[in-house]
Amino acid sequence: MCLAVPVKIVSVNGDEAETEIAGVRRRVSIAFTPEAKVGDYVLLHTGYAIGVIDEAEAEETLKLLEEIASLSEVY
Amino acid sequence: MKFIDEYQDSKLARGLARRIAQRSTKTIKIMEFCGGHTHAILRYGIRQLVPKTVEMKSGPGCPVCVTATTDLDKAIALAHLPDVIITTFGDMIRVPGSYSSLQQAKAKGADIRIVYSTIDAVEIAKDNPEKSVIFIGIGFETTAPTIAASILKAQQEQIRNFYVLSLNKLTPPVMKALLDSGDVKIDGIVCPGHVSVIIGSHPYEFIPRDYGVACVISGFEPLDILLCIDRLVEQIEKGKPKVEIAYRRGVKPEGNRKALRLMEDVFEIGEANWRGIGIVPKSGLKIRAKYERFDADKAFSVSLKPPKEPKGCRCGDVIRGAATPLECRLFRKTCTPESPVGPCMVSSEGACAAYYQYGTPEDLQDF
Repeated sequence: MCLAVPVKIVSVNGDEAETEIAGVRRRVSIAFTPEAKVGDYVLLHTGYAIGVIDEAEAEETLKLLEEIASLSEVY
Repeated sequence: MKFIDEYQDSKLARGLARRIAQRSTKTIKIMEFCGGHTHAILRYGIRQLVPKTVEMKSGPGCPVCVTATTDLDKAIALAHLPDVIITTFGDMIRVPGSYSSLQQAKAKGADIRIVYSTIDAVEIAKDNPEKSVIFIGIGFETTAPTIAASILKAQQEQIRNFYVLSLNKLTPPVMKALLDSGDVKIDGIVCPGHVSVIIGSHPYEFIPRDYGVACVISGFEPLDILLCIDRLVEQIEKGKPKVEIAYRRGVKPEGNRKALRLMEDVFEIGEANWRGIGIVPKSGLKIRAKYERFDADKAFSVSLKPPKEPKGCRCGDVIRGAATPLECRLFRKTCTPESPVGPCMVSSEGACAAYYQYGTPEDLQDF
């Protein structure tokens, strides 16, 4: 039920946006994420973008994961 | 796919699992609240990756599963009213009520349509002005804003034949009810990622403060969940429980303010009836008086026979984390995904469905 998938915004038209994931396009509501712009990834839940993915935070988390993996190896 | 594939890397997963094993000295119990987490944990074998000191339990985070039988009976009774179209998310249709299911009602001629979004339910109302279109509003905070938006859209466009049966539920109050019941002793909670996209991290703060239980918000890919477990283990080992976000690409401490405002405009907080838990104060969303013409509870009246629970079904215990599906005598015998007895086997997020789908006889010994 609370499933949400990251989709990329390809165009915006008012409260709606055209999004793409793995070649599939879908029109979604961005009523809850008016700040979403073309190129952003949003979390899509039952036809609505519920949040914009923070790419800088995503990078940080990946860096942290790599650090943990390499540190635990030396341990 | 971006933001999915990179969080499934097996080398990094082994690294995280190693660190959890290095850190974990105390025997602890953690509960994943969300059914989506239960499925990911079983699917990716995360219980086998973490050390034996970390015991994992499934929680009540499956909206279909926690819908009370009496509410389900009401939805089925509404479906049998003349000139009514029921719209619902797919999982609800096969859940057995006391005497029937929505699917059986459909077979008997009721007009029941599965929708992907509340947007589709409003469209069905527009296309069928001579019918009353009722949306069965189940879900947690992730879904509630989309239901609020459908009511606001019907209001703006003056769609007079659209109604919502609001069975929406809130997650922090039921966590409190579980902790108060003392039924399940836990040291940490894997908090629901997409509920938290909406509500943020603040609503969980009473849990470490009042109960000493660690809370870490997690995403749904295997590395997200392992990172969450790593944070929980660290907090519990140090004896310093707090609320932490391990899903920072999606969750902000303040949540999604716009969605919260819409939810607050349409709904007020009231009690809700949870399967297996009972009435929990302040854990449900009711439609406010100013939008009552969209409230199916106000617009329609149905008479219901007393509810009956399926005999032998332990969904209630499974939902509370008081039993695993393996402790239910019906599991895999009379209760299967093809012929489910209880909702936890029907829903794609139910713990019984997850154990059925991903468990093998060998794994099951370790569960």
